[in-house]
Order: sequence, then C-alpha cells, then structure tokens
Amino acid sequence: MNRFFDNRNVLGLIFMLPAAALLLVFLTYPLALGTWLGFTDARIGRAGHWIGLENFSMLVQDSVARLSLFNTLFYTVVASTIKFALGLWLALLLNRNLPFKSFFRAIVLLPFIVPTALSAIAFWWIYDAQFSVVSWALERMGLIHRYIDFLGDPWNARLSTIAANIWRGVPFVAICLLAGLQTIPPSLYEAAALDGATPWQRFRHVTLPLLTPIIAVVMTFSVLFTFTDFQLIYVLTRGGPLNATHLMATLSFQRAIPGGNLGEGAALATLMIPFLLAAILFSYFGLQRRKWQQGARD
Amino acid sequence: MSKVTRRDFLKTTAGAAAAGSLGVGGAMWSQEAFAQSHWKPEKGAKLRVLRWKRFVQGDEDKWLENTKKFTQMTGIPVRVDSEGWEDVRPKAAVAANVGTGPDIIISTFEDAHQYPDKLVDVSDVCNYLGGKYGGWYDVCKDYCVEKGKWIAVPMGCAGNAIVHRIGTMKKAGFEEFPKDLAGFLKLAQAYKAAGMPPGFALGNATGDGNVWCHWLVWAHGGKMVDKKGNVVIASPETEAALEYGKQLYATFVPGTLSWLDPNNNKAFLDGQVGMTANGISIYYAAKNSKDEKMHAMAEDIGHANFPIGPVGRTTELNLFFPMMLFKYSRYKNAAKAYLAFMMEKEQYEPWQQAAIGYVSHPLKAYEKNPLWSSDPKNLPYSNSMKVMLPNGYDGPMGYASAATMADFIMVNMVAEAVSGSKSPKEAMERAKQRAERYYKL
Repeated sequence: MNRFFDNRNVLGLIFMLPAAALLLVFLTYPLALGTWLGFTDARIGRAGHWIGLENFSMLVQDSVARLSLFNTLFYTVVASTIKFALGLWLALLLNRNLPFKSFFRAIVLLPFIVPTALSAIAFWWIYDAQFSVVSWALERMGLIHRYIDFLGDPWNARLSTIAANIWRGVPFVAICLLAGLQTIPPSLYEAAALDGATPWQRFRHVTLPLLTPIIAVVMTFSVLFTFTDFQLIYVLTRGGPLNATHLMATLSFQRAIPGGNLGEGAALATLMIPFLLAAILFSYFGLQRRKWQQGARD
Repeated sequence: MSKVTRRDFLKTTAGAAAAGSLGVGGAMWSQEAFAQSHWKPEKGAKLRVLRWKRFVQGDEDKWLENTKKFTQMTGIPVRVDSEGWEDVRPKAAVAANVGTGPDIIISTFEDAHQYPDKLVDVSDVCNYLGGKYGGWYDVCKDYCVEKGKWIAVPMGCAGNAIVHRIGTMKKAGFEEFPKDLAGFLKLAQAYKAAGMPPGFALGNATGDGNVWCHWLVWAHGGKMVDKKGNVVIASPETEAALEYGKQLYATFVPGTLSWLDPNNNKAFLDGQVGMTANGISIYYAAKNSKDEKMHAMAEDIGHANFPIGPVGRTTELNLFFPMMLFKYSRYKNAAKAYLAFMMEKEQYEPWQQAAIGYVSHPLKAYEKNPLWSSDPKNLPYSNSMKVMLPNGYDGPMGYASAATMADFIMVNMVAEAVSGSKSPKEAMERAKQRAERYYKL
C-alpha cells in the first residue's frame, strides 16, 4: 500500500483530483449542458426534447440573430484593435522613467477596477440623449447646435458602446504589456543603441519580438472578454436601437431568460464557441510560435 | 377543486352581514370568520410569497403591514420576498416546472397561461371576491381564466397613461385632452412648436416601449395575431398605424430610439419633454419633491387615457399582475385565505392609497376608493384595468405571446418604421417573420 502511495504518478493523480473535480463540475458540466440544451426545445423549467439542428437553422434564418453576429464581430475587432494599440502605447509610456511612476501605474488601472455595471451607468448618463455632458460641453463651446444622439442612431450607438468598452479594457492590456516590457533586459537596448539602431528599429526588432508571447496571451483574453461582453450593452442599450448593438451574448440572454426559450438562447451561446476557439487557437498555435516571434515566415 | 355554490355564497354574505352588524370590531371578526369558514387553514400552515419589487415604497410597506395583520388574525406566518419584476417571470417558470418554490407568486402578464396545469383552481376565491366587490373587469378573465376556471387571482395592473403639461395644451388652444387620433397628433405638433416636444420610448424598454407601441397598432385595428393565433401583423391597419406613428415621431424630442424605461421620467421632470406615456410616478415625484419649481410643475401636469382610434374602443396595454397559487403548495387553503384577505376592501384600499394609485384595481367596487377622487389628476389611472386589452391580443395567451413581447417584436417594428430605417411594409414583414417563429411552435 505504501509503495502504491509512494508512486509519483499515483500521487500526482491524487493531487490533481480536486482541481479536476472542480473543473468538471463547474466548467465542463455547464458547458456540456449548455451545448446539449442548444439541440433541444427546452424552455425555462421544462426539460426539452432533442430537436437536432432546428434551433440553429432557425437562427441562421433570423435577421436579428444574423445582425447580432455582425455586431459582435464588429464590436470585437474594432474594440480589440484599438485596445491593443492604446494599451501598447500606454505601456511604452509607463515603462519610461516618469515622475510619480507608481502613482500613474496604479491610477491607470482604475477603469478596470470599477465594476462594469457601475461604469456602464456612468456612460449611460454621458451618452444620454437629453443630459449628455459631452453634448452639453460641445454645445456651450458652440461646436454643435443639437445634442448628439449617441445611443439613438444605430452607428452612433455601435461606436459609443465600443468607446465605453475600450475605456474599460485599455488598462488591462496596458498593465499586462507593461509587465512584459519590464522583463526585456536593458542590455539588449544598450546593444541596439551601440549598433546605432533608431528608436523605431529598437521597438521593431527588440521590443516587439520579445513582447509577442505576452501580447498573444493578453490579446487572447482581451478578445474573449470583448466577444462575450454583456453588462455594458445590457445597461446602456439593452441591444437597441433597432437591435443595432445586440451582441450574441445579450440576444442569447433575451431569448433564453425573459423570452423563456432556453433552447434557442443556448444555441446562440453555443454558436459563440467556434469563434472563441478560433481566437484561442490563433493565439496558441500562431502568435506563440518561435519562428513567428523571430520574424521568420513558414 | 371546490367551487363556490350559490349556497356557499349566501352563507358567506349572510355571515358577513351578520358580522358587519356588530360594528367595527365585528368587521375585523368577519375577516377571521371568513378565513376560517371558507378556507380552513391547514394545521401548522406557513406561507411563502414571491412578488415583484415595489415601484413606490408605500406599496411594499403597506403590503407587509397587511400581511402581518393576516398573520396576527390567523396565526399563519407569511414570508414575503421581492424581486425585480422582470426576474419574477423566469423564477415562476422554474418553480412551476420543478415543482417547488414559493406557495404564491405574484408575477406579470400572461404567466398563468404558460403553465395552467401547475396552478391551483382559485375560482372559489375569485367568485367570492367578484361577488362581493362588483365583479372583475373583463380583461381579468382574459389573463386569469382558463377553460372556465380561475387559475390566478388578479392583483391589478400598473397603469400607464399620457402624462402632459396642461399649460402648453391650453396655449395650443385645446381645452381638454383630445380623445381621437387626429386631435392627438395636432396636439403633439403643437407641443413641438411650443418647444415642449413629446417623447415616447422606442428603445428596448420593456415597460414603456411595449405599452405605447401596442396601443398605437391596436388603436388602428392592427394586431399581432388573430383569435386562432395566426400572425396577421402585416395588414393595412398596421400600415396605417405605422404611417400615423411616423407623423407622431416627427414631433418627438431627439433620441427616443435609445430610450429605456427611466429616460422619459428624467426628461419630463427636467422640463425637456411636454408629453409622454408613463405610470403615475412622474406626477408623484414632482408633487412630493421639496423643490418649489417641481411643485409648480406638478400643478401643471395633466393625465389622460390614450386616445381612441378607428376601432372605436380603448386599446391600452398595461402591466398586469396575476397572483398564482401553485399545486405543489402544502397549504392551499391558507394560501387562498391569504389571497382573499389581501384583496378585501379593508386591506386593498389602504394599500392602493399607500401605493399612491400605482396599482390600479381589478375589482369594480374599488373605483370608489377615495384615493381616486382625492386628486382628480389620479382619475385616468383608476381606469387602467377598464381600458386595457390583454397582451397578445387578439390571440391565445401563453408561451408565444410572452416570447413575442420579450423579443420586442412590436416595439422594434414601430421603431423601424417610424424612424424611417425601414418602410412600414418592410417593418411589418419582418415583424411577421419574427412572430411566426414563436406562434408556429
């Protein structure tokens, strides 16, 4: 018996069991259940019957669901790209020797610390059709003559929600990239400087390649968070106007819980999985490859 | 299920009359006598009630006070939990289908028709109350009667009416609020010209958006489905409604496409909007404010029921509250006694007063509640149950009508058409396709 427990493999297995149990119960089971529900006509509280791909084929024909797919992709691509650009820029700035460095680094995190539901309410006021402080200020300055309809026009609403998402997401990207920047040995920059590299060349050939692994991880998370965003939209627009800001997550909720159609909501949520998987796979098999990081091509 | 026979009814009324002759103390005792003779509570009974969270504080305070009174009189402990009104619906569905949960759930709209076989027949309670208090308004039967049996006790509805500024109306040459669509449009145009434009929610506003958009379509004779549940929204009547809506929308304050439920309250109280559709809460916020300016506004606020369209009858949609008793409850008699007790005049009228008329009564006798005559401005809200149509009109109520509303199909159609993002024909077709998905199941 003792020998059995001395075995490294057995011990390893035993130590892993609690974690595995947690993952199974709280991650695998809900995911599997959600996927299963997508293939049934379940309603809230009523077990469904297997209906195959019916939910999915209905969603494909549903103009609101198609619009939500477009909205989600647009929201994710635009918000993630800008979050990356601004985050990297901010990280580079914070990596310099600034006065009150720690103070600035701490303060940058604020938008990320404030609960989303709260900051969303602040944005709701900022974007209000009648009480917007932005419109008020611009009007006082004589730049506009009528309040901006931030959330009432489909494209304005899309861009406004994206702006709010960026505001919230940039600190996460910036702080993670800052951590990455600090792992780059200064000697590499010194060597590059001795070789006469310009600041751009130093960034392009020293910073960027060494930062790629962390960029991959950060952007994977950032894309996942953005793609599955819910709170911001729910507070600001509930998917309106004219469903122009309905993301797959918000529409899935609307159909499943208030609408009672659990099967269809689950199917819509399941449809998000391939996109999320694609983002993860791209990151892990693409951005993290040594060859790519060193600038080579396949 | 026990039904009230004529003999039962005579017994109760005779008992009540006898008790009533004993004076005030007797009236209290008649409550107890009624609770014990009609619905003898089970031994050791205790109740759990889940209800929607108050919109006005007085409602919750008085409801709990009345509940406490019930406990004092019967010895039955009652626990009342509150949840946001939009969260009660999914919880009630789970309770119904899992077979465990609160004994009584006070939910919204057509919930009783979503799982009628899980609900206790409360015909005895409803017949007793209807007999005693002048009968139920017709719409109560739409919401709560299934195959001739009452499956829920109507609690009332949160009334919605036009809230407007009297001064602006008079300046525009209208002595009273117009009752027809042509006059209404003219008045809206006059409000805009006077710099006090109307504003009605067109975003995904569960309450305020659904209410006025349904009225607009119904008033013109359009409807989502016919009596058999066939989707008939794409019709000349709906088109007429949307064309009318376009003209009305042209008078609105900018930004209504983004409006959720709270927006119109804020804009009206700020004086940016002169006309909207809302509960009585705007008026009370102004009336009870400590600000002098707000008092002046309260003086100037008028209320009116929605105008009547070519269909020739009122066509409003109000947030209806059914009280459902579930079959899994172990204390059905105690629960029935509680439901009846809460709807009795001694409890209901003071509660309605405490809720400042936010909940409009389902029983006709409560039209005489002094609350309504104490301030003539309350009057339109006293009509709410009388002037409304059921959700999912003119079809059967149930899963499809609930899902159609939750998916904002009517609101989206109106918003698309009136804002010009789609032609009325396109908007109607899209609404039809979306609604058919729910109704064909």
